[in-house]
Amino acid sequence: MKEKNTLYGLVAEFADSSAVLKATQRAYANGYRNMDAYSPFPIHGLAEALGRRRTAVPLIVLLSGMTGGLGGYFMEWYSMRVDFPFNIGGRPLHSWPAFIPITFELTVLCAALSAIIGMLALNRLPEPYHPIFNAPGFERASVDRFFLCIESADPKFTLTDTRNFLQDLNPIQVTEVRA
Amino acid sequence: MPDGDKNVLVGLSRDGEDTTVTPLGYPGRVLGPGETYDTVSEKISSIVLKQPLPKSWWFGFTVAFAMLMMFLMAVSWLFYRGIGIWGVNIPVAWGFAIVNFVWWIGIGHAGTFISAILLLLMQKWRTSINRLTEAMTLFAVACAGMFPLLHLGRPWLFYWLLPYPDTMGLWPQFRSPLVWDVFAVSTYFTVSLIFWYVGLIPDLATLRDRAPTRGKQFAYGMLALGWRGSARHWQRHQSAYLLLAGLATPLVLSVHSVVSFDFSVAIVPGWHSTIFPPYFVAGAIYSGFAMVLNIVIPLRRLYGLQSYITLRHLNNMANVMLATGMMVAYGYLMEAFMSWFSGDIFEEFMMVNRAFGPYGWTFWLLMLTNVLIPQVLWIRRVRITPVLLFLVALSVNVGMWLERFVIVITSLAREYVPAMWRMYYPTRWDWMTFIGSIGLFLTLLFLFIRLLPLISMAEVRELVAEHEEVEP
Repeated sequence: MKEKNTLYGLVAEFADSSAVLKATQRAYANGYRNMDAYSPFPIHGLAEALGRRRTAVPLIVLLSGMTGGLGGYFMEWYSMRVDFPFNIGGRPLHSWPAFIPITFELTVLCAALSAIIGMLALNRLPEPYHPIFNAPGFERASVDRFFLCIESADPKFTLTDTRNFLQDLNPIQVTEVRA
Repeated sequence: MPDGDKNVLVGLSRDGEDTTVTPLGYPGRVLGPGETYDTVSEKISSIVLKQPLPKSWWFGFTVAFAMLMMFLMAVSWLFYRGIGIWGVNIPVAWGFAIVNFVWWIGIGHAGTFISAILLLLMQKWRTSINRLTEAMTLFAVACAGMFPLLHLGRPWLFYWLLPYPDTMGLWPQFRSPLVWDVFAVSTYFTVSLIFWYVGLIPDLATLRDRAPTRGKQFAYGMLALGWRGSARHWQRHQSAYLLLAGLATPLVLSVHSVVSFDFSVAIVPGWHSTIFPPYFVAGAIYSGFAMVLNIVIPLRRLYGLQSYITLRHLNNMANVMLATGMMVAYGYLMEAFMSWFSGDIFEEFMMVNRAFGPYGWTFWLLMLTNVLIPQVLWIRRVRITPVLLFLVALSVNVGMWLERFVIVITSLAREYVPAMWRMYYPTRWDWMTFIGSIGLFLTLLFLFIRLLPLISMAEVRELVAEHEEVEP
C-alpha cells in the first residue's frame, strides 16, 4: 500500500494552449514518458506530443456495430424462419428486405453504446479521486489554464532536475503534487 | 475595426445586437467580440450556478408545469377509462395520438441534425446551439414516444413489442413497420442521450470546479465522472464524439423514414406513396429548426446570450428552414401530381377530398402556414429580425402539425368504401393530452436551462482559441 503524502509529480501551469503544447513536446524530447497534459478543451496534437498515436475506440465501435447488426439479423431470421414460422399471405419466411430496418437500428444502437462505454472504460472513468486534483489552482484546468504534469513514476524524474526543466519552459508556476 | 479585418463592416443596432456583416451583407459573427476562455465559462456557468432565477423563468415554469399537470390528469383518466374517451373510432383509428407522435418526433430531428451532420460538415456555427438543440431533441422524443404507448388499448402490455423470451413462445412481427418504429424511436432516443451526455462531461467538470456550494459540487462532480481534461482522455473523447456523430447521421435520416413507413407501407390512399420517406425527413428538419428558433430567440434575449447565439446563427437556421420548406412544398406538389398521374380513382378522389372535402380548411390552412408564410424568409431583413423570425417559425410549427393532421385524418375518414366514411372529431381529452404534452416538453426544457449549461463551454473555448470569428 502506498503511504500517504508520497510525491505524485511536478506540475507546471500555463496560460495558453500553444505554450502547453510546446512544453509537452520538449518534455517528450527530453525523454520524459510518464506525464500528462490537462486542458479545458481538446488541443490538436497534444496527445501525439505525449507519444500517443491512436485510440482503440474506433475498433471497439466497429466490432460492436458488426455484432449488433449480425445479431439483429440473426434474431429476425431465427424467430421468423426457425422458431415461429408463420405464413402471412404466402410471402417468403426469410423476407430479408423487411429485416433491414431493425438490423440497421441495432447496428447503430450497439455501436453507440460501445462508443460511450469503450471511451469511459479506456479512460478509467468514473474516477472521482485523482492526485492531480491536489495541484493548486487545478480547478482552472476546466476553465482557462493548461497544465503539464511529469509524474514521479517516470524513470528520468528527479525533484531538482525536473523542477529546473519545467521552470525553463516559462510556466506561471511549478508546484509539487502529493498523492 | 476590432478584428483588423478590413472585409468586415461593424455596427451595433439599437438593442445591442452585433450587426457585423460579410461583404455580401450577411451577419458575420459566430461569436461576439471580446470573448475569452474566462468570460465564456463565467457567462454560461453563471446561468446555472449564480444568477438568481429571473421572474420570467418562474412564470414560464409555472405555466409549463400547470400544463404538465393537465397532461397527467388526462392520461390518468385515459388509463382508467380506456381510449374510448378520445375521438378515435373505426375508420379513423389513428387520431391525435399519431398526429402528435409524428409532430414531436419531427421536432426532435433538428437537434441531432445540428449536432451530428453539421459537425461532420465542419460548420462552426453549430457550436453554440448544439447543446440546447440536443436537449430539445431528447425532450421532444420523450413526448413523442409516449403517444404510441398511450394509444395502445392496454398500455401496460407495451413490452410485448420487444423481443424477449416470453412464456407464450411468441415473437414480435419483425416485418411490420410498427415494430420497426419501436426499434427506431428507442434507438434514436438512446443514441441522442449518449451523444448529449458525452458532450456534457467536460462542461459538468467546469460546473463542478466553479460550484459555490458543497451540494452542487458533489452533484456535478458525480455527473462529471471525475473528468480532469487529460490529453489522453480528450483524444478518446473526441474520437468517440466524432464516431457518435457519424452514427447519428444515418440514424436521423432513418428515424423519420421508418415513421413514414408506418403510413406508406399501408395501402390507404394518401399514404401509399414512395415520396414519403424523403418528404418526411425534410419536414422533420423543417419543423425541428422552427422549434429551435422558437426556443432560442426568447432565450438569447432573456439571458443576454446575443454574443454566443448571434444573428448569423439565426440567419443560417432561417436558411435551413427555407431550404427544407421548399422540399416539403415540393412533396405536396408531387403528392397532388401523382394522385392525378396515377389515374387511380381512389387516389384522385383522395386529393380532391383533401382540398375540398369536409376537412378542406385544414389543408388550406396548412398551405398558408407551411408554404406561403415561410416565403418571407427570402427577405434578408426577416431572417435577421428575431421577432419576425420567431413568428415565421411559429407558423411553421403550426403548419407541420396540420400537415400530419391532414395526412392522418383526411385519408382515413374517406377511405375506399363510402359506407365506411365517418368524421373524426377530437374530444377535450385529445386536446388536453396534446397541449399537456407541450407542457411536459417545456417543463423539461425549463429544468434543463436551470440545471445544465445550455451552451457547450468546451466547444466555445475552442472557437475562442481559433479566433475564427468571421468567415466571409
